Order: sequence, then C-alpha cells, then structure tokens
Amino acid sequence: MALHVDITKEHPQFTLKVSFSAENQPLGILGASGSGKSMTLRCIAGLDTPSRGLIALNNRVLFDSEKGINLPARERNMGFLFQNYALFPHMTVLQNICFGLNGIAKAEQFRKAKEKIKMARLEGLEDRYPDQLSGGQQQRVALARALVLEPAALLLDEPFSALDNHLRNQMEKELMEVLAEYKGTTLFVTHNLEESYRVCRNLIILDQGTKIACGGKDEIFKKPPTYTAAQLTGCKNLSRARAVSPDTVAALDWNCTLKVAQSMPEHLTHIGIRAHHLTFVKDSDLLNTIPCWIAQTNESPHHISLYLSLNSPPKNSHSYHLQVEVYKEKWELIKDCPFPWHVYLNPERLFLTGRQ
Amino acid sequence: MNVLPQLDLTPMWISLKTAGTATLITFAVGITAARWMAFTHFKGKELLDGILLMPMVLPPTVVGFVLLLIFGKNGPVGQILLKLGTTVIFSWPATVIAATAVALPLMYKTARAAFEQVNTDILDAARTLGATEMRVFWQVTVPLSWPGILAGTILSFARALGEFGATLMLAGSIPGKTQTIPVAIFFAVEGGDMAKAFIWVLIIILISLAMVLALNYWSKFQHDYLARSRR
Repeated sequence: MALHVDITKEHPQFTLKVSFSAENQPLGILGASGSGKSMTLRCIAGLDTPSRGLIALNNRVLFDSEKGINLPARERNMGFLFQNYALFPHMTVLQNICFGLNGIAKAEQFRKAKEKIKMARLEGLEDRYPDQLSGGQQQRVALARALVLEPAALLLDEPFSALDNHLRNQMEKELMEVLAEYKGTTLFVTHNLEESYRVCRNLIILDQGTKIACGGKDEIFKKPPTYTAAQLTGCKNLSRARAVSPDTVAALDWNCTLKVAQSMPEHLTHIGIRAHHLTFVKDSDLLNTIPCWIAQTNESPHHISLYLSLNSPPKNSHSYHLQVEVYKEKWELIKDCPFPWHVYLNPERLFLTGRQ
Repeated sequence: MNVLPQLDLTPMWISLKTAGTATLITFAVGITAARWMAFTHFKGKELLDGILLMPMVLPPTVVGFVLLLIFGKNGPVGQILLKLGTTVIFSWPATVIAATAVALPLMYKTARAAFEQVNTDILDAARTLGATEMRVFWQVTVPLSWPGILAGTILSFARALGEFGATLMLAGSIPGKTQTIPVAIFFAVEGGDMAKAFIWVLIIILISLAMVLALNYWSKFQHDYLARSRR
C-alpha cells in the first residue's frame, strides 16, 4: 500500500510543487493557511487538476500528465474528510453512509453501514438529519461515510478545525483508534502542529507551495532543517548564525558564541532553541551560559513566558533576545532572585538550520 | 350584471393552458441552461448569460418583434416550418412561444442562483463517494436547490400568465384560439365593454394573488430549509 505524489500546480498566488510517498503510517501535511496543503489533498482526490506530474496509488496511476491520464474523483477510491463535514443535509445519517454504496444490494448496504455505525458509535442516530447532530457526531458520520467504501487512501483536510478544543482532543483520540485499524494510506492536513505531531508519524512541511521539510516527526521537531520549518514547528528562538569553528557558532542576533553538538549544515543560516528547552542555572561559568535580564513576562494558565535580554539589562520591554517558558510553580521559586540570572543553552538542544 | 352567463371562458382556458405548457418548457430548458452556466466555464459565458436574461429587461414588444423575425415566414425557423407545410404565427403554439420567451429568464436566473449557493464541498464529497456527475446533480444539487427551483417555477408561471405584448405580436388575438386573458382585457376595454374587462381583471387578480401567496408561503419554508442545509 503506497501513495506516490509528484505534482506541480500553477496558481495565481504561487506554484505548488510537492513530491512525496506515503505508506501505511499516517503522513501529516503541515503548513500555514495558503501554503498549498489543502490543494495538494484536492489534487490527490481528483477534485483539482495539477498542471503536471504523477499521482499513483498502490501501483495504479490516477494522474499522469504525460500519458494524459486523469481519473475522475469517483474512480479514485479515496475517502475525503472536509473541514465542515460536508454531509448531505437532506439525508439521514443512514442515507448519508449508504450514499456511496449504491449499486449493491440493499441488505448488503445496510450490513456494511451498520458495521461503520457501530465503529463510529452512532447507534440510535441512524434516522437523524445532520443538523440534529453535534459537530463531533457529524464528523463521525463523515468518517463512517468515507470508510464504508473501504477506500485505498483516507484524506483528512483539517477535520477538527470546526470543533472546539475539548471535542477536538476527543475526536483526535477516536480518529487515532480508527486509523490504527485502517489498512490504507492516511494523509492528514493541518495547520496545528501539536495535532499533526500527535496523529502522524511522518510529516511534510509546506511553505508557499514548496516542501521545506519532510521526515520522521521527532527528527523534524528536534532539528528543523530550515528557518521556516523551525518557525512552523513553533520554535520561538531563532538567531542568524555564522560558523566560527566546527563546533562553535556565533549567534549574531543574540550577541554570543555558542558550542553546538549538531554537525554544521552546508549553508548555515540560523541557530535555534525551543522556549521550553532553556533552563536557568546558578553556575555562571558553565558552557553556553549567559547572563540575562527579564524584559517582559506573559502569563498563560499553566506556564509563563519570559522575554530575556542577554548580556545587559533591557533598554525597554521590547528589546529581548530569547523567549523562555517555565511552569508557574518554577516561576514562583525563582522570581525573586536578583539579576542577572544565567540562562543555559544546552548544546544538545540547540539546532542549526541551513539553506536548501 | 348579466354578463357572467354570456361570458366566454375560453380566454381563461387558453391562458392556463399556455402558461402551463410554457412553464413545463421553461422548467426543462431553464434548469438545463442553469446547470450548464453554473458548473462549466467557457469563453463568452457572461455574454450568453446576458442574452439569456434579455427577455426579462426588454419591452415585450421588442421580444415579440424578435420572435416574429425568427418564427415569421421569412425567419430561419419560419422557413423550416414552411417547408414542413405549417406555420406557427397566429396559432396557439405562438402564445406558448411568446410566454416561454419572457418566462425563461426568471426560471434560469433563480435556478442558477440556487445551484450556485449549494456548498461545493458537499458536491465534492459526493464525487469522492463515487457518484457520477449526473447523480451528483439529481441527488445532491437539485434537492438542495429545490426551494429556489420551485420559486423559479412559480414566478415563471405567473409571468407566462401575464404575458401580453409579445403574445399579441406573435399570436394576435383570435378569440377561442389565441386570445389569452390579458389580450381579452385589452380588447374588451378598447371595445368599451368595461364590465367584461372588469371580470377578467378580477379573475387574473385572484390567480396572481394565489400565486404570490404560494410564493410567500414557500419562501418561509425555503428559509427554514436552507437554514438547515447551510449548517
């Protein structure tokens, strides 16, 4: 089971150019809005036509611009989940689920539908109309409706973005259970990096229609290959960088020189570290330890963001170099210590980005 | 008031028959045109849209004149009919042609607007579930556009029923053959028979009022229905 995609689509704002292969593990496509992630999915499903390229699923060519092959969406055997569920509002839950099954015997339709209704925990709701269901239930109907056809691939286009946070987490768990059973290829499009991290093993990051990172999720989060990839994976601390020696980097925006563990990328551009990887230490002589002052703080329910000015007290609340996240309990312990504090940039946690 | 027993009711039957037939044709042609215009892209689409809507904005006499040019003895369609040994001018079919021409834009416009407001994700969902374009149209687009289609049908019928100018030019006023209620009213007034005109006016007011009430009732239903389908 494998999906191969290598397509180009000209678009007034940008040119979408992506290529990847996906097997049984869910593949996440992460990108900001307008990065081309939804369009990629629509091209794969046959709802949009790429300008050129190739799409093949399990050795069956779905699209090949050179050979002039372009199967319509109805022949591609792909399940598609939309952001707003896209249920048929004039049909009941059961009719929605049976829609794709027409052409086979009624009894068989009901048997298959019942199976998915059970899977999606929709028992008792068969005769309801979509507007009589909650958002979570609607998305489960959409999932059942897609899976009842036993699609070779399941394409999820931000399926939880219309749900509120609590339901979202619940739906996400349910989806992961379903995906664990599912035999086909799954593509999961989202702009929510935490969601993509939880649901998928492998990730692709799109920016302006271009693939800027792809690989295992841990690898991407630990060492984003480019500046944009680092930003899109939520890294708050990035500085322009210049190599000083094979394991030392001058962080130009932070006015300091840092030891790094990672080997130097070919065209070094930036050095970065995630906000929760920074720690405060007492010992000021330690490697990669820099005196710092707090320029600004910002409270969230469970943690607090500290904006640090390095090497000298801040001129104003906007002149800061690093953002650190600490739990409130920790903050209570350290907040009354005299300045300067000392922040430690662990070489193992520092990552270097290059130009592609 | 002893006009009633002598009143020749044929204009009413002709009117209803004409409006009914015109509505059937309008329904089929209007929906086909609306589907085509709503879901395909081609050069000159805007121009074609303009042409389809022309009969709605032009004076009916102009529509009648153009129809005469097309269906008249020297017109392209008229020539063909002549070769087949027939003619439509000043015959009952002419009333249908005139009524259809003026009613079609209403059906086309409302149906197209209804098709275009259907959420395209829902149509795409049907496609990914294996539905052919035909099935998508008849089982998804049309049911979700149903309120708009029905409103268009009622408007078309009302417009066809009230047609005067184009009908008079193309079909004339032959009592018992091409004389519809609006035409009968005109000639009754012209002939000084105000009582007869008055009765026809009453009848057409009643029919039109019933249509408008039906439409209003339907709009209310449509509002509820659409509120559901948009959610």
